Amino acid sequence: MTSPFRTSTGGRIDRATTVEFTFDGQTLRGHPGDTLASALLANGRHQIATSIKLGRPRGIAAAWAEDPGGLVQIEEPFPEPMLLATTVELHEGLAAHGLPGQGRLADVPDSARYDAVHHHVDVLVVGAGPAGLAAALTAARAGARVALVDEQSEAGGSLLSGTERLDDAPALQWVAAAVAELAGLPEVLHLQRTTAFGSYDDGFVLALERRTDHLGAAAPKHVSRQRVWRIRARSIVVATGAHERPVVFADNDRPGIMLAGAARTFLHRYGVLPGREAVVFTTNDSAYDAALDLHRAGVHVQAVVDARPEGSPRRAECERAGIRVLSGAVVTGTRGAERITHALVAPFADGEVGAGSAITCDLLLVSGGWNPAVHLFSQARGRLRYDAALGAFLPGEELDGLAVAGSAAGVPDLAGCLTDGQRVARATLAGPPAADDRLPTAPESAVPTPPLVLWRVPDTSGADGSTSFVDLQRDATVADIARAIGAGLRSIEHVKRYTTIGTAHDQGKTSGVLTSGITAELLAIPVQDTGTTTFRPPYTPVAFAALAGRDRGRLFDPERVTALHEWHVAAGAVFEDVGQWKRPRHYPRPGEDMEAAVLRECAAARTGVGILDGSTLGKIDVQGPDAAVLLDRLYTNLMSSLKVGSVRYGVMCGVDGMVIDDGTVLRLAEDRFLVLTTTGGAAKVLDWMEEWVQTEWPDLRVHCTSVTEQWCTFPVVGPRSRDVVGAVFPQVDVSAEAFPFMTWRDTTLDGVPVRLARISFSGELAFEVYVNPWYAVAVWQRLLDAGRPYGITPYGTETMHVLRAEKGYPIIGQDTDGTVTPHDLGMAWAVSKKKPDFVGKRSFARPANQDPLRKHLVGLLPVDRQTVLPEGSQIVEFRTDGRLPPPPVPMLGHVTSSYRSAELARPFALALVKGGRERIGETVHVPVDGTLVPVEVTGPVLVDPEGARRDG
Amino acid sequence: MAELLRTSPLDAWTDALERLPDTVRIAVEPYVAMVDVRLGTVGAAASAALGVDLPTAPGTWVPAGTGRAVWLGPDEWLLSSTTETPEELEARVRAAVLPLGGSATDVSAQRIGLRLTGARVRDVLAKGCSIDLHPRVFGRGSSAQTTLGQAGVVLLALFDAADDVVVLVRSSFAGYLADWLLDAALEFTTTPTHDR
Repeated sequence: MTSPFRTSTGGRIDRATTVEFTFDGQTLRGHPGDTLASALLANGRHQIATSIKLGRPRGIAAAWAEDPGGLVQIEEPFPEPMLLATTVELHEGLAAHGLPGQGRLADVPDSARYDAVHHHVDVLVVGAGPAGLAAALTAARAGARVALVDEQSEAGGSLLSGTERLDDAPALQWVAAAVAELAGLPEVLHLQRTTAFGSYDDGFVLALERRTDHLGAAAPKHVSRQRVWRIRARSIVVATGAHERPVVFADNDRPGIMLAGAARTFLHRYGVLPGREAVVFTTNDSAYDAALDLHRAGVHVQAVVDARPEGSPRRAECERAGIRVLSGAVVTGTRGAERITHALVAPFADGEVGAGSAITCDLLLVSGGWNPAVHLFSQARGRLRYDAALGAFLPGEELDGLAVAGSAAGVPDLAGCLTDGQRVARATLAGPPAADDRLPTAPESAVPTPPLVLWRVPDTSGADGSTSFVDLQRDATVADIARAIGAGLRSIEHVKRYTTIGTAHDQGKTSGVLTSGITAELLAIPVQDTGTTTFRPPYTPVAFAALAGRDRGRLFDPERVTALHEWHVAAGAVFEDVGQWKRPRHYPRPGEDMEAAVLRECAAARTGVGILDGSTLGKIDVQGPDAAVLLDRLYTNLMSSLKVGSVRYGVMCGVDGMVIDDGTVLRLAEDRFLVLTTTGGAAKVLDWMEEWVQTEWPDLRVHCTSVTEQWCTFPVVGPRSRDVVGAVFPQVDVSAEAFPFMTWRDTTLDGVPVRLARISFSGELAFEVYVNPWYAVAVWQRLLDAGRPYGITPYGTETMHVLRAEKGYPIIGQDTDGTVTPHDLGMAWAVSKKKPDFVGKRSFARPANQDPLRKHLVGLLPVDRQTVLPEGSQIVEFRTDGRLPPPPVPMLGHVTSSYRSAELARPFALALVKGGRERIGETVHVPVDGTLVPVEVTGPVLVDPEGARRDG
Repeated sequence: MAELLRTSPLDAWTDALERLPDTVRIAVEPYVAMVDVRLGTVGAAASAALGVDLPTAPGTWVPAGTGRAVWLGPDEWLLSSTTETPEELEARVRAAVLPLGGSATDVSAQRIGLRLTGARVRDVLAKGCSIDLHPRVFGRGSSAQTTLGQAGVVLLALFDAADDVVVLVRSSFAGYLADWLLDAALEFTTTPTHDR
């Protein structure tokens, strides 16, 4: 089967190869080099779908990303919604169907790879048309590091769509030579299928490269499908060309109506005739090329309808070819159902439309002028200026490091674009241009007749603008703009949001400037005053998967692990995320759930011996003659009185007096401390120390260094911990007398330095073992081996939490929330009354801190001895009727930690409760799943309140 | 009792790293003694005491005995040694800088070094590092504290060609970074086996 609308020769398609694809379930054929749109047109298919609101048939209206109509859903090779038929490259097995404005995301995981690459250049050239190629050659020949990116499958830009000649040969020969020359220069990166979609401050541009989309099922799996290029350029040359602008008239949305330049693209680039009988409606000279080219290709051009009374100097050329030219005429409307059948043509003078007639056609080409693609310039905050002669917005100022060249800057002809590209590139060079930096010779272009700026043809259809479409994708019309203005809107930004014009996939590439023009007309103000809506990235849609790149799955967020991680995995640990750390939560034995495992682990630590990997604790080495002074100022309690060899618990507050971290401090020497922080607070506390040292107290002779990962930490916990530690480190006297609570000792194990500390986060006798992580696995194993006779039990963070909560030890960030003082926690004892000052002290004197109704940390015991209160549960006054009163219900506080206790043989919780210490002994209610659970308020320390166990 | 064996955070990645092509070789440099040195003034006294002229140009490193001295900040350096134990290195450097008002802290296990060699090294690093690694900019003796993927790293250029780079990464991030590097290098393998 041959495609009926395929030319016999020409185009940049591979005619020797046929690919089969399906559209709306119909099997069709095309060639490599086709887009889905060109292949459909070759098969005589214009309509893609029906419109989103009105259900009107819509077709292919342009040849690239500016197309407002041809949205498709890809089904094969992978479901992807909302792509344009004009930008999807055809490949074997492609399956798609038309979309009425909404698609569907894949319901299977995307197995394709996506990535990003950072790239730095002297000159980034966006667009490989004549201006861009000239600019890239000039910069590259001078030795600059150059990147040239272009969104099409091959270089050439507008030259791919025409028959232009350079150096007396087809222009594409020059393009090929330029590409080859660039490929031979080592400092040039040339990327096709790459859309620069955002330009940002300081020469930063994001571009999306579609690397394997065009390969279909043959795409290699280990190569990223799409890549985001993060390009940093000293200078940017924006050579992005121009978009043709339609003219709005009644029923201007039927399939078969397209931009004149697009028809030329389909003919020359893809070898496709977009119709058999054409009418060309124009306000400028450029559409004459389309009329003549289509005529030569065998299309019957019924008429060229030129809105300008004086017509064009190219009229004679058309008439020699037998094409009728109607000057001073417009298309006022169309007929047809799923395809245009007639163009209604009428005389037009001084804004008035005369009596018209219908001309049969299956193709209506429209050109209302050209809008320079100023998106990247505007995104970089470049100001636009309205050019009344062109009816277009042009770059209105010079930007540092970003220049616009060629038709993107309003240059109308090929020779001008080439010299403009070269000129702009030369301005970026530090030195002189290369000696061989010559441009090809372009033929002189005829002096054009000025275009007529015509946004819309007066609606004589009686529909009052309601079928005169401005944004085809949004079904938004001239009548909608009039309604917006009637509603009192004046700003173009408001008109956009009221009408939704420019908010679809194409972001108003064809409709934006039209809206400005029509709005200005209706308001009777200059278009310059209306301006444009703000250009924002991305220039064309970018998939979230591409932006995520490699950062998904396991690489979504780094997983930090300790030196023992492999051991934990082998031991069957269930992990929990603590910040970025993976920490063992518990180690279930076969058949155990978390509750059973945690009860077993808790019992071991309270009655025998347990061992925890506490290596994630933050550790900071504080050195210098003023180390003690710094710690005195940052902790609420006194650290300078700590003896070398001893350990002290400390609380740190912010300037507002609220607790920000807690931990223990080891004094290693007169001038050296090891500060332990919470796992989550490690980086924050180091920053906090550096902030004070660097900005407030630079006179202090002290240095802080993170050693979090320099030391692994293993708490060995329980009544038998002394036996275990004593067995592994026989040269240390581990008796309570020789090695008292809150002291540390250095020792060695087979020559490896080890530090032991009598620190307990469980209330039990405990030793923390510190060792260089290189030896962590070996030392951990020694401890396990020595503990085997005592049933040493590795335990995870859940058991750690239960053990500390039973003792009322708070977790900063879980039992506190940035509004809790040390006094609220019952830690007035940790706030020095002797120190003249420390961070947070001043705030403790505020009246609010003296409020007896501040929330205090207390314990809660559910009276039923069964319910494990959900953390976060609210606490309310006891209700004798057992029912919640109608809202608003006064809240007393909330549950911060809640566990089942093996030791207490019942669940318990910690909570922040208003005036909580005064309520000890009272019963309050906690709503759980719709019922009120009575709980007794207790002190926070529920196990061993006398502290009798810590020495074993 | 047997001597205590050392383990590296990347032991489990040995096989995967060995399968990489010659264009992206990754070798782990474990068990190098390193100290973080803080010192306000660098001069003849410091050079004499330390036996190395600490580099003062930002973003540089110099060889120092069997190790390296890496500029980390206006008053901070990372000093390494392949012949001393961590304790020996800390003790020696601490003794040298204490009289000058400085400090020294053993950070040997804080980071692990990965040495990347091959023609594609720059391409792999460019996938996750936003600084310019062009040989004209990041030649031998250059260093940078930056991020690679989402891991904080220190990069050291060993040769001008930018095809020989040491990446120092926090030990807890080493597995993440190794996975990231294997993933980033995948397209340069001819027989991709790494699949996650």
